[in-house]
Amino acid sequence: MFRSVRMTALAGMTSAAALLAGPSAAVEIEYWQYFFDARVTAMEQLIASFEEANPDITVTMTHFPYADYRTKVAAAIPAGEGPDVVQLFYGWLNDYIEADLIQPLPEESFPAAEIDEQYFPMVQAMKVDGQYYALPTAVRSLALFYNERLFEEAGIDGPPETLDELVESAKALTKRDGAGNITQVGITAGMTAQDHHWWREGLVRQFGGEPYADDYKTVNYDTDAGRAALKYYSDLFLGEEPVSAIGFMDEPQAAFKAGRAGMHIDGSFRIGSLADVRGLEWGVAELPAGPDGTKSNYSSYWVNAITTKAEGEKYDAAVKFLEYITSDEAMQVWLDVVGELPAKPSVGMTEENASDPVFGPFIRGLENAHTTLFANESAQRQLMVEMVERMQLQDMPLEESLAIAAQEEQKILDEYYGK
Amino acid sequence: MQLYRNLTIRQKQIAWAWAFLAVPVLFYGVIRFYPTGNAILISFQDWNLLGSRTWTGLDNYQKLAADPVFWKVFGNTFLYLLIGTPLSLVLSFVIAYHLDKLRFMHGFLRMLYFLPFMTSAVAMAWVWRWFYQPVPTGLFNNFLSQAGIPQIEFLNSTTNALPSVLAPAVWAGLGFQIIIFMAGLRAIPVSYYEAAKIDGVGWFTVLTQITLPLLRPTIVFIVVFSSIGFLRIFDHVFNMTTNNPGGPLNSTKPLVLMIYDTAFNAFDMGYAAAQTVVLFLILLVVSLVQLRLLRSD
Repeated sequence: MFRSVRMTALAGMTSAAALLAGPSAAVEIEYWQYFFDARVTAMEQLIASFEEANPDITVTMTHFPYADYRTKVAAAIPAGEGPDVVQLFYGWLNDYIEADLIQPLPEESFPAAEIDEQYFPMVQAMKVDGQYYALPTAVRSLALFYNERLFEEAGIDGPPETLDELVESAKALTKRDGAGNITQVGITAGMTAQDHHWWREGLVRQFGGEPYADDYKTVNYDTDAGRAALKYYSDLFLGEEPVSAIGFMDEPQAAFKAGRAGMHIDGSFRIGSLADVRGLEWGVAELPAGPDGTKSNYSSYWVNAITTKAEGEKYDAAVKFLEYITSDEAMQVWLDVVGELPAKPSVGMTEENASDPVFGPFIRGLENAHTTLFANESAQRQLMVEMVERMQLQDMPLEESLAIAAQEEQKILDEYYGK
Repeated sequence: MQLYRNLTIRQKQIAWAWAFLAVPVLFYGVIRFYPTGNAILISFQDWNLLGSRTWTGLDNYQKLAADPVFWKVFGNTFLYLLIGTPLSLVLSFVIAYHLDKLRFMHGFLRMLYFLPFMTSAVAMAWVWRWFYQPVPTGLFNNFLSQAGIPQIEFLNSTTNALPSVLAPAVWAGLGFQIIIFMAGLRAIPVSYYEAAKIDGVGWFTVLTQITLPLLRPTIVFIVVFSSIGFLRIFDHVFNMTTNNPGGPLNSTKPLVLMIYDTAFNAFDMGYAAAQTVVLFLILLVVSLVQLRLLRSD
């Protein structure tokens, strides 16, 4: 024990001496991300291997609680402090470009045509006027979690493959008490969780619509397809034979964890927290296909970008670092450590990854995934929540409630892009 | 140093006084007044935390006046105040009045009433949130359904949600108000009560002619204190409705939650600052009016 400490100390000193003595001046760059245990661990691993391959570059990672992240970045970069490479949510890209916090990726190292080809298609949302500004290491998508025990108990063979099968399975899985109160839901429901993504990019498209037009600047779901999608969704809990209930056990994921829900649609980030639940046997399947067999999924991701602060040799080092953390190798590390999906088919669609019983359905879902360009994600989600609440709590007809949501959302988009 | 020596004793005293005052003055200046002034400034600007600030004049206030959510939230904030303050005032007085006369297990009972005040609002809000759930998790609804009574939608209802959120907030503040009331009751000289006893006056007259008038300063303090508390209510609402903050359909959303949402979800700092200025003015007016109304002449 002692010896190893002494050895490390010695090694540290020699390497420090080597750095000081080395002819090429060492470059130090800073990397910022928000704090999430697994992400920090993964990045530490990546930095270690990067520094090994590039001994003249040192990367310092700083992380903050998610709540302070944006404020700190905004304050630091214009002051010439802070990160050279920064992590941001894909939805913040426009804000960061407009505020002059990040610079476009150099065409020599990150040729746009090559990225278009190599990455899953939804990453093209990071391209503005033909130039990429940021790239993800990992992405997330949706899939259907199902409770294997409850399926067995209800005598269902396997997860539903179509939306109609989903309703049939859900009916068989729903349980009620003597008074008719639901005590086990067939499938969880709630726009507050991931359902608003499922509805927007999944259901609306599967019923033949296009949720947004004009590069996500125009709301386009107040259509027959939108109404059909909302009818399908709201019938789960407002229909003649409800198979779900909004607010059942407080939160959809809680109901699924407690074994009181047969099925649950959620993101790949849920895998970690489900893995530790004792006594819960669950499986994952791709989102059920639509009436005409259409598959559609939603994907979100965090990206890495080079800030405007990075100049000269720091810029060159930042480019090298970004090249490394978007490499196939880095993506595999991220999948193994964090459980987030690789952003390139070359890593994701390998035999081993694509057929993985847990990650496979998510990764396969990426091929038909869309990324909503939100102006204000929480406000836009809130509109979906309220759209359902108006129908449920105020008995408003579906068409009317959908029209209000579409108008309100258009207002948010207009205000954002009108600036 | 020469300069200091030339001062008169009075001037030296003043210099020293300011030297000691400098700490709180600096503290208030930097921590209180500077941000307040800055918030008022930002309310006339457009700022998303990232870019530069641009002047927009009264735009934020015009947007506020035209925003139906703001008026809904404005109404909610006053509902919290108008239900919460009188209710907690009456409840805490009744409890303090009777607790004051009680000798048996006095300290223990007082502790029980004070306990919720010491409990973390977040923890309490979550426990109540679970109480309110529908079957199979909710405590209240499980009782109801076992008794064969239909379930009550506590939180998932536009009419029941606000009182349901308010109830634990009132309960949590009760302990503090009871202690203050009891201190006030103890401070009334016994001689008044003895005189009343000699004159053979009934308990109701004693209460309305002696106890309540002499409790006036205590009541003023509690009314102002709890009004400000209810106007600023946030943690109970936020924690009981985290999935859908202030919902359903904004029926529980208070002004502070709207400010939080505008600032840290929409990153519309100018609009949030305008809301903050409005909240500040409401607090100021309500406090001034209460002080004037309840001031002893």
